[in-house]
Amino acid sequence: MTPERPTATSPVVAEAEEAHLPEFVRRIPVGPYRALNPVTKATLAVVAAILAFGVRGWTGPAVVLVVVVSCAWTAGVLRRMAPFALATLPLVASILVVNTFLYPGAHDTIAKLGPLSPTWTGATTALQATLRVVAFGFSAALFALTTPVDDLLVELERRGLGRRGAFVVGSALGAVPSTLERAREVADAQRARGMETEGGLWRRFRGLVPLIGPVLFGALAEVEERTMALEARAFTAPGRRTILRALPDSGRQRAARWLLFVGSVVAVVVTLATPVRLP
Amino acid sequence: MSEGLVLAGASYRYAGASKPTLRSVDLRLDSGRVVGVVGPNESGKSTLCLVVAGLAPGVIGGRLEGSVGLDGIELNAMRSPDLAQQCGLLFQNSATQLSNMTATVFEEVAFGPCNLKLPPVEVIEVWWALRTVGLEKLASRDPVRLSGGQGQLVALASVLALRPRYLVLDEPTSELDPAGTKLVTEALERIVRETGAGILLVEHKTDVLARIADEVLVLDHGTVALSGPAATVLADPRLAELGVEPPAGVRLERAAKASGLEWSAELAEAVG
Repeated sequence: MTPERPTATSPVVAEAEEAHLPEFVRRIPVGPYRALNPVTKATLAVVAAILAFGVRGWTGPAVVLVVVVSCAWTAGVLRRMAPFALATLPLVASILVVNTFLYPGAHDTIAKLGPLSPTWTGATTALQATLRVVAFGFSAALFALTTPVDDLLVELERRGLGRRGAFVVGSALGAVPSTLERAREVADAQRARGMETEGGLWRRFRGLVPLIGPVLFGALAEVEERTMALEARAFTAPGRRTILRALPDSGRQRAARWLLFVGSVVAVVVTLATPVRLP
Repeated sequence: MSEGLVLAGASYRYAGASKPTLRSVDLRLDSGRVVGVVGPNESGKSTLCLVVAGLAPGVIGGRLEGSVGLDGIELNAMRSPDLAQQCGLLFQNSATQLSNMTATVFEEVAFGPCNLKLPPVEVIEVWWALRTVGLEKLASRDPVRLSGGQGQLVALASVLALRPRYLVLDEPTSELDPAGTKLVTEALERIVRETGAGILLVEHKTDVLARIADEVLVLDHGTVALSGPAATVLADPRLAELGVEPPAGVRLERAAKASGLEWSAELAEAVG
């Protein structure tokens, strides 16, 4: 699949160039992966998840991991994926421990470690599950690192989601960091008034109670203000908004999206419902 | 009803409230004029802004009595998008004014013009708004990662970008340091001079009003306690009783006279 670079023949690009919009607004993507349409990148992430978790054996997750790492390298975000890999560590650790030591019905013991008996079957299953989780985590990271939220919103809006729908999605995504920030501020304020938030689990849990009200009601109060602010900025004007940035798409990308999606579903069905077994 | 933004006997009660927040307010804002509004907390200043901008009761409900008109047309007869182009409102809390849907300050300021479907060649005019509030260098920054003062300037630029004929500004300098306050004050003077916009300016800093307001209106418990030419109202001895601190020049003059020092027009000019 050869992604299209935005060219001067694209009406949006031509208009943006003619208007001398700054480079940081036009944001012409560099490299083949970054230049893909956000929906194509989202499709790739979904297909990666389907293949990583749906195809039996090592082949599915292994292929996904190789492709995702190659794409990340091409897009120049391979190093930035390290925190995402670290984030999967707790899950990976629990998968490895539970499966290796407690796999039900397995008797091919590797070694006796006191009361514990790790098994080859359990270890193999654990490694395969780990590969699936890591492959999926990396594909989600690749999507997040190469697709600005506003690009995704613009594309969804252009595809008929509408400005209200796009705003709801954008607000939901933006609500997470702003709610955390608000919770931090409220916690600091409560702490300054003597609330104890450090110590044992019960004390920490009790510390959460006075946070809930201010965070929840503050967020609700903000909704009304935001609604008014949007009205004051002509958000309810009829028709589609002006799009400042070209997000290239093409017949080949559209075809590739369908092909990948249908292909991944077929691959899952074949490995689950037929005698065909991949390594 | 005549030209300009006119409130005649306007009273407003929030939905579910037992008493009105504004009572029989008369106000007139003409093009190229600045009307300052001061008053203690809970005096109805922010509510006045919402009423003047047509958001109360238009968007948030409640009950309005009297009339609020723009160039002879009742505000409740106008659609919100049309009103946004006529009367821009800057909210007290700038954080909620930002859309959270854009990656750069430039795009945030362009949010309004894009909503109005203006072509990119016209959207590019947001540079003017950014220049006016001294934000050109921050144009490529992420708007949610700015300081409170910078966020307030972005919100102000966002209002200016719609090029409204009337601006309603609810404490535009509340989060700004002295340099930022000076920048905004000068920007507002320039806007009035260059675009002929009329500005309703709610401001606790009476020095700002002393510098740029033509008239001042003092609100107290939802009613107009004082109104008239800025110099007269800001020097009125009743101002302090209403919980408003007079401008530094007025306080200095009073202190000088109380100490028996001679106070001249030249000195007053120098104090500003």
